[in-house]
Amino acid sequence: MSSSPAVAAPVAPASPLLAQLKQTLRGWPVIAAIVVIVALVLVAICAPLLGTSDPGLIDASQRLKPISAAHWLGTDAFGRDVYSRVLYGARISLTVGLGTVVIALSLGLLIGVVAGYFRWADAIIMRVMDGLMAIPGILLAIALVSLSGASLFTVLIAIAIPEIPRVVRMVRSVMLSVRTESFVEAATILGTRVPLVMWRHMMPSTLAPLIVQGTYIFASAILTEAILSFLGAGIPPETPSWGNAMAEGRVYFMLLPGLVLYPGVLVSLTVLSVNVLGDALRDALDPRMAKRV
Amino acid sequence: MTQTNSSSAPVLSVRGLTVQAGHGAAMRQVVGNISFDVHPGETVCIVGESGSGKSVTSFSIMGLLPKGSLTPTAGQILIDGEDLLTATEHRLRQLRASKVAMVFQEPMTALNPVQRVGDQVDEVLRLHTPLGAGERRKQVLAMLASVHLPDIERIYASFPHQLSGGQRQRIVIAMALILKPRVLICDEPTTALDVTTQKQILTLIRELQQDQQTAVVFITHDFGVVSEIADRIVVMNKGAVVETGSRDTILANPAEAYTRMLVSSVPSLIPRHRALHDAEKVLEVVKLEKVFEEKRMFGKGRRVVAANAVTFAIRRGEILGVVGESGSGKSTVARCVVKLIEPSGGNVLFKRKDLAGLPAREMRQMRQRVQFVFQDPYRSLNPRRTVGDSLIEGLINFGTSREAALEAVTRALVLVGMTPDAMQRYPHQFSGGQRQRLCIARAVVMEPDVLVADEAVSALDVSVQAQVLDLLEEIRQRTGVAILFITHDLRVAAQICNTIVVMRRGEVVEAGDAMSVLGDPQHEYTRALIDAAPGREWDFQNFRPVAESLSLAAAGSAPPIVVA
Repeated sequence: MSSSPAVAAPVAPASPLLAQLKQTLRGWPVIAAIVVIVALVLVAICAPLLGTSDPGLIDASQRLKPISAAHWLGTDAFGRDVYSRVLYGARISLTVGLGTVVIALSLGLLIGVVAGYFRWADAIIMRVMDGLMAIPGILLAIALVSLSGASLFTVLIAIAIPEIPRVVRMVRSVMLSVRTESFVEAATILGTRVPLVMWRHMMPSTLAPLIVQGTYIFASAILTEAILSFLGAGIPPETPSWGNAMAEGRVYFMLLPGLVLYPGVLVSLTVLSVNVLGDALRDALDPRMAKRV
Repeated sequence: MTQTNSSSAPVLSVRGLTVQAGHGAAMRQVVGNISFDVHPGETVCIVGESGSGKSVTSFSIMGLLPKGSLTPTAGQILIDGEDLLTATEHRLRQLRASKVAMVFQEPMTALNPVQRVGDQVDEVLRLHTPLGAGERRKQVLAMLASVHLPDIERIYASFPHQLSGGQRQRIVIAMALILKPRVLICDEPTTALDVTTQKQILTLIRELQQDQQTAVVFITHDFGVVSEIADRIVVMNKGAVVETGSRDTILANPAEAYTRMLVSSVPSLIPRHRALHDAEKVLEVVKLEKVFEEKRMFGKGRRVVAANAVTFAIRRGEILGVVGESGSGKSTVARCVVKLIEPSGGNVLFKRKDLAGLPAREMRQMRQRVQFVFQDPYRSLNPRRTVGDSLIEGLINFGTSREAALEAVTRALVLVGMTPDAMQRYPHQFSGGQRQRLCIARAVVMEPDVLVADEAVSALDVSVQAQVLDLLEEIRQRTGVAILFITHDLRVAAQICNTIVVMRRGEVVEAGDAMSVLGDPQHEYTRALIDAAPGREWDFQNFRPVAESLSLAAAGSAPPIVVA
């Protein structure tokens, strides 16, 4: 009997997923996107240390002032420092983005796994999801906020719920296709219990699409928050957020365009970077390209 | 063999063909310095294992290499003196179907599913001839008749999904040959077909070839087919031509060691093992039935009886082969035995205990005793887990400690001929044959009483297949496990099975000793199956015709072929 030792490179074997993720970090657009995102996160965290003052401090004597040494980006209609509001606003917006991603992905994963594995649950769940998807996201968010009152938490839920059906659909379709794979059947034959089969063999296949969708949800959530605030159905006006700032600044746009532009540019920059990262991840994690690994 | 005109000039002449993959600095040679000639009316078979470059060569001749990823960088491909590699795209389009045509492996994907097949054959005429619609239709119908399709008017108007695999392949052949090209390239055209259909298609190709004196390049990995149809053989390995020669030279007197190894790996059709009558019955399938019903809101959906009254028994230490063509129900039976599918009726008795009606919790306990090896080694291991984690999974499920499980897996890996350091690696770092060994190790480490192998060697190259079959034999001898071996390949069944069960359309048509089923078949279907097996007259392992081997054995100057 000929012994055939495995033919492998001498380096430690990389998990296929890690190798694919490493593939993502190529090309200057992706690197630039990551740098921007990291910078924004750092700015948000370190907002108190970056020369800001209390973003809620109203000073009626300093209303609608242009850029000056005291106020690096000017002041708004209430005399509040725009620079501080924008930096502290980053916290809220990024929190909304991240929070929405966490809620939408975890709930979507849970519901999607159940729908994909149990036939009886599938029909019911998918009809509910279809119903949710039929309602335009913004309207649904506004309705939910008006029902439960405006606060950071309710806005988070209101933005996350319309994102859930898409995640459920994606997870469910992955589960349906993975269910017929030989290695999943093999696990059943080895005596592995159903929950463990789902966790260990089926769910990892959802990881790649989930990551990609997560980045898009992040971008979408920040935009939605801005829109909600713009319409007056978002975060309460005392809390600084990019959406709020843009909403309040809209009235004075002809006088001081900066009030809308500074937070607007940051929203655009964040959404653009996250989308670039999402695209790169999607290309790298494409299963057809997995053969390269 | 076909009548060849080898004194005339070759129709197709490949000289020094080199194809590289990638671009720029990262170019990698896929096929290097390939040269061979094909004369009118001659059949040249290109044989090789996966990765040898035979498909790349055939695609190069047609000019179908994917642009950007594969590029011919050197050599010439001459058809009647014209070099295809330097021809313009316009000229290539003129040449395709009129001078050079191709038949692909998968007839379903070669035909446009939303167009009627008559229109698809008509398209060839429309693009290359100035004939009117009426005249074209006449010619297409004539071609359909010459490929022996029944009811040609109805077939002309059919869609591909309404035809069987064999019928679709005939349509593809009709499309290829309607303009009477000088060269026909066949890329594994019968691999996806049943063995009886294969025989008909091979006969058809030969008939049309003799009619039109077409030069045929036939790519295959099946030496049985090669021995039946080849005039000359080109052996390829890892992108290079190993050896070229006439059919008799290569099969009887190969010069290269690789060729010798390849030819001798083909299993013989003569069964080698006797049945074991004394051992106790380990698994007994009694009147097993499986019906698939389409669920519809109103009324009954379509009913497919996949298995009907299937009965057989396996004894300890025995290998029982379930042989049949696709659609015979053999895979369904295998899956019912391990309860991946719930049987609709009948009993699956494992040591007197009926698995068929067993509730899930108790079935789980029984899982240790019956294990499974799947067909596709590339999909039966979780690509995201290390080999070690995958192999200890079963043992851990039943309470073994991690250390004990790792030890058992180490022993199992040695048993299947792999080294223990495989445990830290991921499946994608192994070849197909190695992965199949790992899957066998995963099954064997559970110390089952019955091992079900569902076409476990069908996806492997012939040399690797021989190794894996030897491995199964060794495991059977060492552990006394009983093996239920599902296969469509009679040669494989002949090599390792003690008893054989022949299935057709969900029913058992014949069962018994391998010796009697293959040597003296009673049922006409079994006879048809054996008759259709290509290369029956050649004893590959001894490089001579079977008739010669038998007479030598009778004269006592060679050992008898049968092994106890």
